[in-house]
Amino acid sequence: MSAAQVDRLQFRDPARARGLLDRLRALTAHRVDRPVTLMHVCGTHEQAIARFGLRSVLPPGLDLVMGPGCPVCVTSAAEIDAAVDLTRRGVRVATYGDMIRVPGTTLSLADAQTEGGRVELVYGVDQAVELARAEPETPMVFFATGFETTAVTTAAALLAGPPDNFFVYSAHKYVPPAMEVVAAMPDTRVEGFLAAGHAATITGFELFEPMAKAWGKPIVIMGFEPLDILAALVRAVELVVSGTPTVENLFPRCVTGPGNGRALDALWQVFELTRGHWRGIADLDAADLDLRAEFARWDARVRFDLPRQLGDGTAHAACPVCPPQQRCGDILVGNARPDDCPLFGKACTPDSPVGASMVSSEGMCRIWFQYGGRPELGP
Amino acid sequence: MCLGVPGKVVSVDGFIAQVDFWGVTRQVRLELCDADVEVGDYVLNHVGYAIRRIPPEEVEETLALYDELLEAAAKGDGVDLLAADMRGELDATGGGGS
Ligand code: SF4
Repeated sequence: MSAAQVDRLQFRDPARARGLLDRLRALTAHRVDRPVTLMHVCGTHEQAIARFGLRSVLPPGLDLVMGPGCPVCVTSAAEIDAAVDLTRRGVRVATYGDMIRVPGTTLSLADAQTEGGRVELVYGVDQAVELARAEPETPMVFFATGFETTAVTTAAALLAGPPDNFFVYSAHKYVPPAMEVVAAMPDTRVEGFLAAGHAATITGFELFEPMAKAWGKPIVIMGFEPLDILAALVRAVELVVSGTPTVENLFPRCVTGPGNGRALDALWQVFELTRGHWRGIADLDAADLDLRAEFARWDARVRFDLPRQLGDGTAHAACPVCPPQQRCGDILVGNARPDDCPLFGKACTPDSPVGASMVSSEGMCRIWFQYGGRPELGP
Repeated sequence: MCLGVPGKVVSVDGFIAQVDFWGVTRQVRLELCDADVEVGDYVLNHVGYAIRRIPPEEVEETLALYDELLEAAAKGDGVDLLAADMRGELDATGGGGS
């Protein structure tokens, strides 16, 4: 661990950090040959873990992996193709900055822009609504990506009554079913999950209770500070070692049991769950957030006839742009690390990305590249 | 994208609040906030919407991480994804302030 990383840990009470690490070491001492594997499902967690160099201090008996925590990464190539196609039909497309360079089957939205298509980058749905209002004659489609935390804002914008030329092309996804797929994979090593603090701010932690029970794996709600993360790891390992598949909230300053009722009301008033394709993973039941029929007048899928395309239901093969040497799908389900991919940092870099995981700031490949290749080793 | 960013409510008009983020005032929508907010409250914002009123006793602890991120951003020591995320969250809030 470098001096800079020690400093960062010391920024938050080094004695407590050391105490937590000692506890982790003691708890996992008997698992050095077959490490306790915990999965988090949030790009922001990966950013924090890499940024604070936390993997460099974890004991050998603990393996911390990232699962499907990058919404941009799992957006299907067919949906990007459809958005590119919309620009060719004279429709303005607004989307989050991370989306623009993600490759579709042949083109990205950046390529569509080069072709003369009108693609606007926005930081939030309200900016897309404003852009639509400013040019009422032109249809504007907001290509909406993100998990439930972000979907609630799209829902609020629709409930507020956007203009008639504004449409939502929803690629919003719901995380729990994706966790379930990982939990059910026959060869998974994952013994416990760390749920994302701010997504749980919306959904609450009670939602996870039946899942922990059904999967026989504990779920711990984790925050973003180094000590939040270490404390959640300790608790999760304790629950794994003692065989207690319960839910515990280690981020109580943000997360409550029932979650944010107003936001959840807005979410389920506007969206319903449907089967959809998660790029690099598979087709998942009840894991895509689709606009309800009551909101059809703002639904780009209805207005522009964009049917939801499914893959063939199998992992990897379902991603039409992944050549066999690419590991994007394995990375999204926590079966590989970026440096397992022969393209990482060579043919695939943030300036010239091959897979979505290298494009998005929430993608594990981009995060590892940005923080020094193998952040667990320190710079 | 899911980090959110905390700020202090300066004024409230229906579902629209002016919120101070480290000296910059921005417009934030309130309809998704888990509780009613008043001037002086802290809220956690995500892409232009307040998603949580931060209880007063938790404000200091919540701000600590962001203070450090701002420092890192100001130092400009290479691209820091968390700091960039925080800037993105701020850009998602409306202008409409000083
Ligand atoms: S390095 Fe690039 S090609 Fe390899 S897994 Fe990551 S995103 Fe995919």
